[in-house]
Amino acid sequence: MKISNEERLKVLIVDDEEGMCLGAKRIIRDFTVDVNDLGVKVLFDVRSVLKGKEFLDLIEKEKFDIALIDYKLPDFSGLDLLELVTKKGYDMIPMMITAYATFEAAVQATKLGAYDFIAKPFTPDELRSSLRKATVHLLLARHARKSEEERRKLRFQFISVLSHELKAPLAAIEGYLNILQKRYDTISKEDYDMMLGRSIVRLEGMRKLIFDLLDVTRIESGDKKRNLEEVKVEDVTRSAIEAAGFEAKNRNIQINLDVKNPGTMRADRGEIEIIMNNLITNAVKYNKDNGRVDVSLDHMDKKVRISVSDTGIGLEQEDIGRLFEEFVRIKNEHTIGILGSGLGLSTVKKLAKLYGGDVTVQSTPDVGSRFDVELSSMD
Amino acid sequence: MNSNITVLLVDDDSDFLLQQRYELEAEGYKVVTAEGRKKAKEVLKKLKPDIAIIDLMMEAPDAGFVLSYEIKKRYPNTPVIMVTAVTGKTGIEFSSITDDEKHWIKADTIFTKPVRTEQLLKEIKRLVK
Repeated sequence: MKISNEERLKVLIVDDEEGMCLGAKRIIRDFTVDVNDLGVKVLFDVRSVLKGKEFLDLIEKEKFDIALIDYKLPDFSGLDLLELVTKKGYDMIPMMITAYATFEAAVQATKLGAYDFIAKPFTPDELRSSLRKATVHLLLARHARKSEEERRKLRFQFISVLSHELKAPLAAIEGYLNILQKRYDTISKEDYDMMLGRSIVRLEGMRKLIFDLLDVTRIESGDKKRNLEEVKVEDVTRSAIEAAGFEAKNRNIQINLDVKNPGTMRADRGEIEIIMNNLITNAVKYNKDNGRVDVSLDHMDKKVRISVSDTGIGLEQEDIGRLFEEFVRIKNEHTIGILGSGLGLSTVKKLAKLYGGDVTVQSTPDVGSRFDVELSSMD
Repeated sequence: MNSNITVLLVDDDSDFLLQQRYELEAEGYKVVTAEGRKKAKEVLKKLKPDIAIIDLMMEAPDAGFVLSYEIKKRYPNTPVIMVTAVTGKTGIEFSSITDDEKHWIKADTIFTKPVRTEQLLKEIKRLVK
């Protein structure tokens, strides 16, 4: 990864030999470490203290990232200090420095949590090499911890939004059932029929959400067995147009298909179906009555370009960025009453990436939207 | 019994709107519905509701707040019940709302969805005298 960020780590040396502190500080101050995996260049701020007690007081007040601890201090043994530091669980890497370099001492220090062991007298290169190892270890460990936290947060958010999305249709159906149960004589038979109809629509929406959800989890976990075959995208598209035909006809929306270069691609048919169904259903759903949907397919070499444009309600610029996030449904006066899982476009995006491509959108409010998808054949 | 009381119901959830309408009509209330803030404003030009029940998140996340303010400005004596599912959608809790905030929000009562019809009817009776 390209180095694009700088980070400063704080190093604290505790050693009763002032000359050694000065020497080490000079070496460390001018030293930098490139952590290529994270694209970070690390620079160091370094301080030193002469006694164990000063060391403990200072790390209590101030956060340090790496500690170089002398094995023998006037008021503490380096190992006791190490034990104290490890017990308290500071986010800091301790390393031992010692003139009495014995194998036993090294083993004991490591047992007590020392990351490395530097024997005195050391050359500048030895110090740098130890520091480099500690720095890379520390940054990667912190990075891993942070990603895990983010993942946990995202998962929690996903579940809480999902439960809301599942509760909404249940609440609607329950509300209708409650009314039906009371058999009010203020309500006509036609109204009761309508309530049953709405309940079925909401149930279908819930089923769609569960199916969309299964698509998402299958794609994300990657354990779905992909069935790669030569897929004629044109056929899949025609089926998707047919599936959307009922609503399109009801609202007098015309769907046109233009195949520029017929062809096939190596793909999982089910995945291509998900992409086409989502794009075409959306183009009808968010269209205006008497509108148009134009679908075009273009096979070139190992790629296929799909474009679906509509003459619908369009999108505000500020909404476009959020459009491909999970469960995002754009709310405005035009989208009132339109049902959806909020998962369709996020799934299309994930699938497009799986095929080495992407999905992009251009849109003008009140004029329409155009979705472009590029997919590469999985040869 | 309640036939001279007009309730304005505003919600972008057409199912909720319909259901509350049937329930309130069965109790004898006169009900006017609107599927969003803009439509509610049109209604407000023509009639003064005796009470308004409005959703918070409609065409905009704060549409209910704005509408509540608009209702109070035009008809200071019309009580407003705000119904919201905001907790599930955003994680924001409304139960912890202070009296000061309630004053600022301009709603007389705030309910979190799902709200029971009995609860709603009781509150209407309390607010409309």
